[in-house]
Amino acid sequence: MSQLSHAAEHPPTTTGLDHRKMVMWAFLGSDCLFFGSLIATYLLYKGKSLVGPYPADVFNIPYTSVSAFVLLMSSLTMVLALAAIQRGDQRGLRIWLAATALLGAIFIGGQYFEFITFYHNGLGLTTNLFGTTFYVLTGFHGAHVTFGIIILLSFLVMSFRGRVAPEQHLNIELAGLYWHFVDVVWIVIFTVIYLVEAPNIV
Amino acid sequence: MAAITGTVPRWLQRPSGYGGLWSWVVTVDHKRIGVLYGITSVAFFFVGGIEALIIRLQLAGPGNSVVSPEVYSQLFSMHALTMIFLAIMPLSSAFFNIVIPLQIGARDVAFPRLNALSYWVYLFGGLLLNAGWFFGGSPGSGWFAYAPLTSSTFDPSAGMDYYVMGLLMLGIASMAAAFNFVVTIINMRAPGMSLMRMPVFTWMTFVTSLLLATAMPVITVALIQLGFDRMLGTHFFDATAGGLPILWQHLFWVFGHPEVYILILPAMGIVSEVLPTFSRKPLFGYPFIVFSGIFIGFMGWAVWSHHMFTVGLGPVANAAFTVSTLLIAVPTGVKVFNWIGTLWNGSIEYKTPMLFSLGFIALFIIGGLSGVTHASPPADAQQQDTYYIVGHIHYVLFGGSIFGLFSGIYYWFPKVTGRLLGEGLGKLHFWTMFIGMNVAFAPMHWVGLDGMPRRIYTYESSMGWDFWNLVSTVGAAVVALSMLVFLWNFFVSVRKTELDAGPDPWDARTLEWSMSSPPPHYNFAQIPTVHGRDAFWDQKYAEGPDGIPTPIPSGGASNVEEHVNIQMPGLSYFPIITALGLALTFSGLLVHLAVVAVGVLVAFFGAYGWAFEPAEEAEEGH
Amino acid sequence: MATESATHTRQGSHPTPARYIAIALILAAITIVEVVIVYLDFLNPVLLPLLAVLSIAKFAMVVMFFMHLKFDDRLFSVLFVGGLLLATGVLVALMTLFGVFFA
Repeated sequence: MSQLSHAAEHPPTTTGLDHRKMVMWAFLGSDCLFFGSLIATYLLYKGKSLVGPYPADVFNIPYTSVSAFVLLMSSLTMVLALAAIQRGDQRGLRIWLAATALLGAIFIGGQYFEFITFYHNGLGLTTNLFGTTFYVLTGFHGAHVTFGIIILLSFLVMSFRGRVAPEQHLNIELAGLYWHFVDVVWIVIFTVIYLVEAPNIV
Repeated sequence: MAAITGTVPRWLQRPSGYGGLWSWVVTVDHKRIGVLYGITSVAFFFVGGIEALIIRLQLAGPGNSVVSPEVYSQLFSMHALTMIFLAIMPLSSAFFNIVIPLQIGARDVAFPRLNALSYWVYLFGGLLLNAGWFFGGSPGSGWFAYAPLTSSTFDPSAGMDYYVMGLLMLGIASMAAAFNFVVTIINMRAPGMSLMRMPVFTWMTFVTSLLLATAMPVITVALIQLGFDRMLGTHFFDATAGGLPILWQHLFWVFGHPEVYILILPAMGIVSEVLPTFSRKPLFGYPFIVFSGIFIGFMGWAVWSHHMFTVGLGPVANAAFTVSTLLIAVPTGVKVFNWIGTLWNGSIEYKTPMLFSLGFIALFIIGGLSGVTHASPPADAQQQDTYYIVGHIHYVLFGGSIFGLFSGIYYWFPKVTGRLLGEGLGKLHFWTMFIGMNVAFAPMHWVGLDGMPRRIYTYESSMGWDFWNLVSTVGAAVVALSMLVFLWNFFVSVRKTELDAGPDPWDARTLEWSMSSPPPHYNFAQIPTVHGRDAFWDQKYAEGPDGIPTPIPSGGASNVEEHVNIQMPGLSYFPIITALGLALTFSGLLVHLAVVAVGVLVAFFGAYGWAFEPAEEAEEGH
Repeated sequence: MATESATHTRQGSHPTPARYIAIALILAAITIVEVVIVYLDFLNPVLLPLLAVLSIAKFAMVVMFFMHLKFDDRLFSVLFVGGLLLATGVLVALMTLFGVFFA
């Protein structure tokens, strides 16, 4: 996410690959360890809370499925945004960027209401191990999503100011890589934290 | 670029000109950033050294009260934190910065402004970590900060909060640097420099950077969890809620073990450069040394619970980690034998850099041997938490890393400053440090086996440890004297008016010696094409019919600063602004949310300014 | 370089928007299947492996197609999959050490 104004002045790289794309993939590889450690903590403490509420008491699988679906579709809109700028379609870029940001915001809104509901059902951050591990894991995921929304909106604004040229599609691609990663982390969280509790929900 | 960005507002224009102190604040030049890292890390090294001296004074005799027990706990905790995070790692970074682009034939690193950010975040993080000395107390629960001792119940003082926030900042600095060097090394090598033609220091930097990129996120999570427990009452390590304090140990050491390889691999890389130069022979077994380094990096992930043999993991887990730990000794042994092979039949020059590298090998072997004894859980059951471990640590980290890093200082100081460090004073430094180090740390092995625990404030005379503790303290004093010799050497040499080093004072083998000392800001007038390992040596010498190197006329270093119009990355305010924003955010979490808000805004301002900044300076030519 | 040349793509051609929509529909379908099967009690004995397979399929599709990893230089795969494998390894090792697999 650096200079937007470079033209073809960069010297050739050893691999022919762009530095920034390489660093984004390296960053995503390391972010796997960040989320992996948080997910590991959740799983290690699963079933070990001394007091409730427990996951089966609060989870609403259909509700969360909808928000998982929303985030998945936001990956589609993101990739359509990239396809748009790659063919020079500025309007398409704006539509799909806005759609992605909107879906992301709906996801965050859904998270917010989910947390409020859990809280009203007695699950706070400090209530038990479930609250601690759940809110911190999903909270940091939500923070990642929020940061992504800010980036997307920034590009949207820049597009309206005529500052996203087709040659700069790499910037959108990098934003997309970050966005899809946040989506795949949710795929893992949705299955490993939510879905596995469904049989326990009465 | 103006065509796309329109008129560049004044506040976004990149500062121009390279003069004065301010140019250091806005620099993105890897050589300058390296110097900043070097000076700062050596300064922190002295801070950590003073902390060590006070510890040794306190332990010089039984029943001392040089400081209070509370301060003593903070001293040994901060000594370790300072030496590991604020001295060794950044001093290694200093060399990554100064040397890597020059060794691979590049003009800078892949992300110069990110490089600057790494330095400033390190500086501010180091200051935050040390803020406790002035405000509320420093961390005093050991550098490894085991739960539940570090909970707000048992350690309510501010110290552990500085620990969490300081280390989080330092983690960001390290990760940014790691990403930078991974991309630089993969993507900015001179034509012809395949991976197996890279200098070994570059290889070790690469492996270290990959370790940093993968291990740091784990400690980040552990620190976040500790911070949440302390500040928000979560239960990650709270046994009363069913939490498991041992989770901290696992997460910490999953990071902590790769961390020790992060501490030693750069020094091994330095030694692998110095030995061939001063033996006037190529490195013996280059592929073995490279693959050993890779194997060490990889295996470093598989041994972490050898730090936990006495917590009750059970015989199966203990046995598994014993096997992996014994295995990881092998590649280091391979390296040692290859280093010896390099020296064998070489035409050895006992210059100061060489002495420190030879010292490294001897002392690291000793540290490694005690390490192998820890690999056995029954033996470790006696050694754990005794001074035997302290002895091991200091042989590998002081005898190993520090000696290796000093070898690098004496080796590359001429390249950075154009001046040689004094040989006489250098040798005096080496010998006093070598003798002092052994006098200080050798006795710790048998005092530890005799039962002296670690981290104790004092001891009774009846234990029989008095004499050897006094000996250790004397050794520490000798080490301190050697540092004064070094400082003297440094200040005298750096102020020499004559640039007596020249481009290639050691008749060395790698590309960083092929241009003037100090290098021009663009490094290479022309990026070289590389045809083999030891690329610079091949430029200088052809192999004669009898195998003796024959100098190639005009193959040597270019000492002429050619006037070429090479566009270099422009200076920038935004790395330090962003770093300041991060510093306000993290310290604000300990003070007031308003400070956090300001910090976040400043960081965003810095990041956006960075993103929209033009690539080069508004005016060209300087 | 701002653009990657065609020499850096691997197998297959660059997906079209239509292809992306098809993949999204498949992802949606898999999600629906996942949600349905957790309520089918008779599947409980094999629920975990089934969910694992389905989720891994979704993960792989997003990474390979939406993130274009299938068509890009192998180096990117090494960087990402390396981190992913390490994370998985640490997770499995920790779960083993904590006895999660020994019910």
